[in-house]
Amino acid sequence: MDQAARETDSKQVAGLLAEFDGPQALKAAASGVREAGYTRFEAYSPFPVHGIDAAMGRRRTLLPWLVLGGGIAGGLGALLLQWWTNAVDYPYLISGKPWFSLPANIPVVFEAIILLSALAAFGGGLALSGLPELFHPLLSCARFRRATTDGFFLGIDASDPQFDESRTAALLRSLGAGETELYDRPRTEQKVPRPLVMAVVVAACLALLPPLWIARVRATRSASPRLHLVSDMDFQPKYLPQQSSPLFGDGRAMRPPVEGTMAVDQRGDDPHLLRGEVEGQPATTFPVAVTSDRMKRGRSRYDIYCATCHGLAGDGDGITSQLAFEREEPKWVRPLSVHSQVVRDQPVGQLFQTISDGIRTMPGYSSQISVEDRWAVVLYVLALQRGRHATLEDVPTELRRHLDTALQGDARTPDTER
Amino acid sequence: MTAIPVDDNTVQDPTRRAPLVLGDADLASVTQTVCEIAERPRPPTSWYVAFAVSVALTGGLFAAVGYLIVTGIGVLGNNSPVYWGWPIVNFVFWIGIGHAGTLISAILFLFRQRWRTSINRFAEAMTLFAVACAGVFPAVHVGRIWLVYWLAPYPNQMDLWPNFRSPLLWDVVAISTYGTVSALFWYLGMIPDLATLRDRATSRWRQLLYGLFALGWRGSATQWHRFEWAYLLLAALATPLVLSVHSVVSFDFAVAQVPGWHTTIFPPYFVAGAIFSGCAMVVTLAVPARAYFGLKSLITMRHLDNMNKLILGTSLLVGYAYGVEVFMAWYGGNMYEAFAFANRALGPYAWAYWLMVTCNVIVPQLFWIRKCRTTPWIMFLIAVLVNVGMWMERFVIIVSSLGRDFLPSSWGMFKPTAVDVMMLVGSFGLFFTLFLLFCRYLPMVAMAEVKAVLPPDRGPAPAVEVD
Ligand code: HEC
Repeated sequence: MDQAARETDSKQVAGLLAEFDGPQALKAAASGVREAGYTRFEAYSPFPVHGIDAAMGRRRTLLPWLVLGGGIAGGLGALLLQWWTNAVDYPYLISGKPWFSLPANIPVVFEAIILLSALAAFGGGLALSGLPELFHPLLSCARFRRATTDGFFLGIDASDPQFDESRTAALLRSLGAGETELYDRPRTEQKVPRPLVMAVVVAACLALLPPLWIARVRATRSASPRLHLVSDMDFQPKYLPQQSSPLFGDGRAMRPPVEGTMAVDQRGDDPHLLRGEVEGQPATTFPVAVTSDRMKRGRSRYDIYCATCHGLAGDGDGITSQLAFEREEPKWVRPLSVHSQVVRDQPVGQLFQTISDGIRTMPGYSSQISVEDRWAVVLYVLALQRGRHATLEDVPTELRRHLDTALQGDARTPDTER
Repeated sequence: MTAIPVDDNTVQDPTRRAPLVLGDADLASVTQTVCEIAERPRPPTSWYVAFAVSVALTGGLFAAVGYLIVTGIGVLGNNSPVYWGWPIVNFVFWIGIGHAGTLISAILFLFRQRWRTSINRFAEAMTLFAVACAGVFPAVHVGRIWLVYWLAPYPNQMDLWPNFRSPLLWDVVAISTYGTVSALFWYLGMIPDLATLRDRATSRWRQLLYGLFALGWRGSATQWHRFEWAYLLLAALATPLVLSVHSVVSFDFAVAQVPGWHTTIFPPYFVAGAIFSGCAMVVTLAVPARAYFGLKSLITMRHLDNMNKLILGTSLLVGYAYGVEVFMAWYGGNMYEAFAFANRALGPYAWAYWLMVTCNVIVPQLFWIRKCRTTPWIMFLIAVLVNVGMWMERFVIIVSSLGRDFLPSSWGMFKPTAVDVMMLVGSFGLFFTLFLLFCRYLPMVAMAEVKAVLPPDRGPAPAVEVD
């Protein structure tokens, strides 16, 4: 055998394994090996042999510090989380108690301390023992299998500076070793099979897709409504208005009012007043007296009920609408300006009907605003229109003087003024 | 005085230490006894029968849960005024069972009660499976289970955070922490034994699987050193944890104002009850398992005797708590509280109350008698009765208090539905399915720990006995 071959051959020797008779023998041998100047050796036993760490000259583990760190991190983290979420970002008012009170936060802090320190103890304990380590030269040594049942072994690593096959073996035998055996590094590197690695990598990549998709959806905007995986309470076993039902003779789920039921407004049937129609057509005249008081009343109702959407001046830029556009609410329709030509062309009866019954996406207000007040609002809407499109001719001659001075004092033209 | 038989380790003899392992077990035979259970090519027919029944019941549980999920919470008996019906009774029952495992593993470990070594693995497994059963109930009874992730604090489009000052949220945190820590503790303790199974494996599959879970354990001095530290620390962490978990569960009740719930005695009372029921469950499982799997020399009569003493002790604690409750109801001078207890003892649920008192306080007194502590069938019977009693206790607390609280106009009775019954029975199925799988495939006894408590002369022939 030539020199080079010997070299590679001896490189494959991973160490020397010696078996001892029991825990005491192992302990004695460990301290003997240490005294002989070896540093890279390890004792193996089926159960912990107490005092062997001292015999081998090993220092204490720093695991307790890791656990302490985990506990502190858990406690502070939980405290911070509770403070931020419940006192700052979304303050919860609970029976008038302070926003942040330590006692109420203790249970969660306590559990978090335990959880993180337990994870540190487990993870740290494994990591400090060099686990997981699924491939190790000793694991392919048949004799070594007994180390987990009833074998007591001492293994000296071939990388130890003192290591020499024959001298080390002699030393171990002198320390009472029964059998000694060289164990090898596996000739072919033990590797996880390639397909398995590929499968894991592919699975890991695929597992990233759903979170990425969610992240993308959350970061971008979309016109379509939210995805509803589970229909929750969208479908309920109940009848909606206008549905049919086999339960009743007339086939309708909705029941007609009981015979003799009277309308809330009991002033009989005056289509002009109540529905704004005259002979089936939208009325062109007011069924109520047109007075300045009524118009002021209309203004107050308008400001309450309509201005939020249509704006105080009727331009369709109320605060609700502004907010909806700011938030890009996909379903929001801009309220029509009451100054638009379509609305201006409408007879008063039609305006009354719009307010009473609503139109397309605008809800009706008949349940909230009384009949008289609805006519008052119509009157105010007309006033708004008239004011916006007024010309100099509309101003009484004796007042035009005041207008000139007003215009001089204020640079705004009447058109942009409310 | 008659000589003490060598194989009876239940007698206290101050002149000698009672052996923790009987017979002439040595290192190899401990491994052999424990491993061969998991290595049998096929288990006895009775295992298959038990497994089939358990799996069928588990199927029933899943069917009931599936039905509940697709139909809605109305399939349960929970309704006004008893909104917390059987699901919460079962939840508290199972969580309580889960307490003995950690008690035996962690608290007895810290107190250096070395007799625990033969039964801790098994008790820990029991804990884990009981927590799994417990977890089913609160999860499904919330209604829209697909939204349970709302319990977690995560930034969301609703701009909402969970309310950390609610005992219900503490509960979520405590139970999930408990489940995690129990699993870690159980698994960490099992790693050396999994390595033993790996090293004895004859088929490639077993070698691979056990090898994977043994993580490459070699039993080196360094590994043992870290292992013992990690184990000790986990035990030290699990001990306060186990006390906290049932305290937190009791806050679910104690923080509410319902008469019969709103008392400060609840945390210690719940913890004592939990340990009581858990020990009873350990005995219920250990008596048949040790006979069946031939583990009598490892799980000895002394172990059972000790467990029975624990049951007796905790039974006294529980009985004391019942007494204090009644006393406080009278002494406190609150008419609602007084009514709640009069109603428990004399009202429509009186049968449940007295069943609870009988099973939990009266029956365990039999354990004062040595014969009852050391006769398997008697202790088995008593343990089963204690389990019944502890279930009744939760039933009494929840149903009788909610059924009749302040306003007589909103009183009502609780009626369980078939789904309720199926879920309770099915949860036992799940528990036993997991337990049977555990007995079949995993080391039931902590071999490495037992080896460390063998008498020194039973180890391999001592060659260089130094001290
Ligand atoms: C909730 C917001 C909202 C409120 C409040 C509201 N509207 Fe509207 N309104 C709308 C929207 C949106 C439209 C446009 C509807 C469409 O085009 O689908 C509209 C349209 C109109 C029109 C035009 C109808 C047509 O023929 O096209 C008139 C007139 C009108 N509203 C008057 C009123 C008056 C008067 C009030 C107060 C009683 C009022 N609205 C309150 C949202 C609102």
